[in-house]
Amino acid sequence: MSQLDFEKPILELEGKIAELKNVQSDQSLNIGEEVSRMQSKVSRLLSQTYAKLTPAQKVQVARHGNRPHFLDYTKAMITDFTPLAGDRNFAQDHALIGGLGRFMGRSVVIMGQERGHDTATRIKHNFGMTRPEGYRKAQRLMQMADQFQIPIITLVDTAGAYPGKDAEERGQAEAIAKSIETCLNVRVPIISVVIGEGGSGGAIAIATADRVYMLEHAIYSVISPEGCASILWRSAEFAGDAAAALKLTAQDLYELKLIDAIIPEPLGGAHRGRDEAVASVARQIDKALTQMTPWRGDDLKLSRRKKFLAMGRA
Amino acid sequence: MNWLSNFIRPRIRSIVGEQKDVPDNLWQKCDACEGMLFHKELKANLNVCYHCGHHMGIHVKQRLEILFDDGRYDKIPLPAVPVDPLKFKDKKRYADRLKESQAKTKENDALMIGRGKIGGQMAVVAAFDFSFMGGSMGTGVGEGLVKAAETAIKDHAALIVVPASGGARMQEGALSLMQMPRTIIAVDMVKEQGLPYIVLLTNPTTGGVSASFAMVGDIHISEPGAMIGFAGRRVIEETVRETLPKEFQTAEYLLDHGMVDMVVKRADLNATIGKILGLLMMRQTSGDPKNTLPDGAGGLSAGGKMVTSPGRSGGTRAEIKTNVKPREPANPPHEKPRRAAG
Ligand SMILES: [Zn+2]
Repeated sequence: MSQLDFEKPILELEGKIAELKNVQSDQSLNIGEEVSRMQSKVSRLLSQTYAKLTPAQKVQVARHGNRPHFLDYTKAMITDFTPLAGDRNFAQDHALIGGLGRFMGRSVVIMGQERGHDTATRIKHNFGMTRPEGYRKAQRLMQMADQFQIPIITLVDTAGAYPGKDAEERGQAEAIAKSIETCLNVRVPIISVVIGEGGSGGAIAIATADRVYMLEHAIYSVISPEGCASILWRSAEFAGDAAAALKLTAQDLYELKLIDAIIPEPLGGAHRGRDEAVASVARQIDKALTQMTPWRGDDLKLSRRKKFLAMGRA
Repeated sequence: MNWLSNFIRPRIRSIVGEQKDVPDNLWQKCDACEGMLFHKELKANLNVCYHCGHHMGIHVKQRLEILFDDGRYDKIPLPAVPVDPLKFKDKKRYADRLKESQAKTKENDALMIGRGKIGGQMAVVAAFDFSFMGGSMGTGVGEGLVKAAETAIKDHAALIVVPASGGARMQEGALSLMQMPRTIIAVDMVKEQGLPYIVLLTNPTTGGVSASFAMVGDIHISEPGAMIGFAGRRVIEETVRETLPKEFQTAEYLLDHGMVDMVVKRADLNATIGKILGLLMMRQTSGDPKNTLPDGAGGLSAGGKMVTSPGRSGGTRAEIKTNVKPREPANPPHEKPRRAAG
C-alpha cells in the first residue's frame, strides 16, 4: 500500500537496516552495533514525527492500508466468530460485516466496516462503503443482541456510506437513520471504536454508543477533508486546511467531549504494530464492558440519551 | 456530498439573490417552465408556479402560516448555544457567515418553531430556513429540534418537522454530525409519548438531515418535486459513472420507492395534516351521525380487515383506545410505550 511521504527518512533508514541484517551473518560484530544505533535513530524519528502529526497527516495514517482492519480485529480478539449474513430483505452487504462471537469469555455481537487489503478484497467489500442492506443488517444484529441481552461492539472504519444509485433507490438515508435509532434504543451495552476513518453518517450509523473510543491516529468527521475543501475552498487542493479546520483528530474529538477516550497506538502508528494496536483496542473494550456489567437496560438507554443530548451544550 | 456547490448555491441565488435582476422585482421566471410569474399572484399561490405547478422555495414564516389553522401560531424562541465552537475558518470565518445570515434573516439560526393548531389539533411545527446557510444543521438547529420535541410533549401536541436543508453544517465539524443522534432522540421522545411525529419533506432534504430525524417519522409527507436523498447527485454520478434520470431523488421517485407516504401539494398541506392528526389524536368521536358502518359494509367477507368493528377482535388496540380525548396524553398510562427496544 502507499507509503506515507512524511515517513520517507524513516523508511529509508529501515531499508538500510534490513540490508545490513542480510549481510550480518558473514561480517564482523560491528554491524550489530551499527544496526542497533540505526534502530534507535528510527525510534527517535518515529516518536518525533508521530508526536506532532498534522491533521492532514493523521488523515493519511488513518487511511493507511496496512492498519489492522475489521477482520484482523475479529481474528485476533474474538473466538468462535460466527458471521451472520443478510438483511432478510434484499441482500448481503460485504462492506459491513457482523456476527456473534466470544470476546474474553463473553458472548458479543460484533460488527464493523471492512475495507479489504488488496484489490480483490477491496472490491468484494466495496472499500468499506456500506449500502442500505448493510445498515439494515446492522439493525437486525443489534436487535438480536437486545433480545438475547448480549453486548454490542462496533468497529468503525469507512470513508462514508456508499453514494450509489442503487443505495439511494433502496433508501440509504432511511437505513442510516434507523440504524442510529436502533443504537439509541437497545438495552444492552454498545461500545464503538473508530479504528481508522470515521466517515460521516456512514460511521455514526453504528457509532451511537455508550462508549465511543478512537485510536490515537484515527479520524472522525462530518465530511471528508477533500469534500469540505471542494465546497468551502472550491478546490480539493485545500484538503489539508480543511482537515485542520474540521477538528477531526482523536485529540480534537476528545477535547470537544464527543468521545470517551483515546486508545494509544504503538510507536509509529497501528500500521507498524498491528498486533499491539489490536491488543490495546481489546483491553479498552474489555475494561469498558467489565465496568458496565451487570447492566440495567432502561438505565443504559437513558444514560445513552443523556450523554448525546449533553454534547455541544455549554 | 457536494450538495453546496452543485445544488445549494444556485438555489440560494434563486431564493434570495437574483430577483434583483428582474425589472422592479415584479416579475420572475419559474425555475421549471420559465413562465413569467407576477409577484403578487405568485405569493397568493404560495410560491407555486401557476403555469406548471412547480413548488418553489418559500419563506419560513409563510411556511408556518400555511401549515397552521388560520395562519395563527406562537413563535417559540431557539435555545442559546455556544457560537462557533470550532473557531472554523475557510475563506471566511464561520462566525462572520453566521452574523451575515442572522442579519439577513433576523433569526438566530436555520430553524423556526411555532405552536398552534392544525385541523383543530395541537401541533408544534419546526421548519428549516433554507435561506440561513442552506438550512444546514449544527448545534443551534439540533437544540431547536430538541426544544420543539419537549414543547410538543409538554403540550400533548403533535410534532411536525419541515426540513429544507442540504445537510449537516460543516463549520461545526463532528458537533454537527452529533446532531443526527441528538435529533433522533428528540423525535423518539415524542413518539414514545404516543404523540404523532410527522415529517414534511421539502426541497431539498439531503445529507445528514435526511439520514436522521427526517426518515424516522410516523408519517412522511413530501411536497411535489422536492429533492430528497442522502448523497448529492453529482457525487453519485461520479461514483457510478452514469447520468442519472431526471426524476432521481424527487419526491415522486421516493414515493415509488416506498420512502414517503404521500406527495401533497402545498395548498393542501393544512387540510391533509389536519385530517391525519385528527385520525391519530382523536381516535374515537361521539355524536357523529356518520359514526356507523355504511350500508352494506357489514357484509364484508370474513377476510375483511375491519379490526375495529365490535365483536370482531376482542381486546384490540381499538378497544383500548376508545374515548381518548384530544388533549389528553395519547397513550393511556397502563399501555406500554409503542417503541420499546429498538
Ligand atoms: Zn412553472
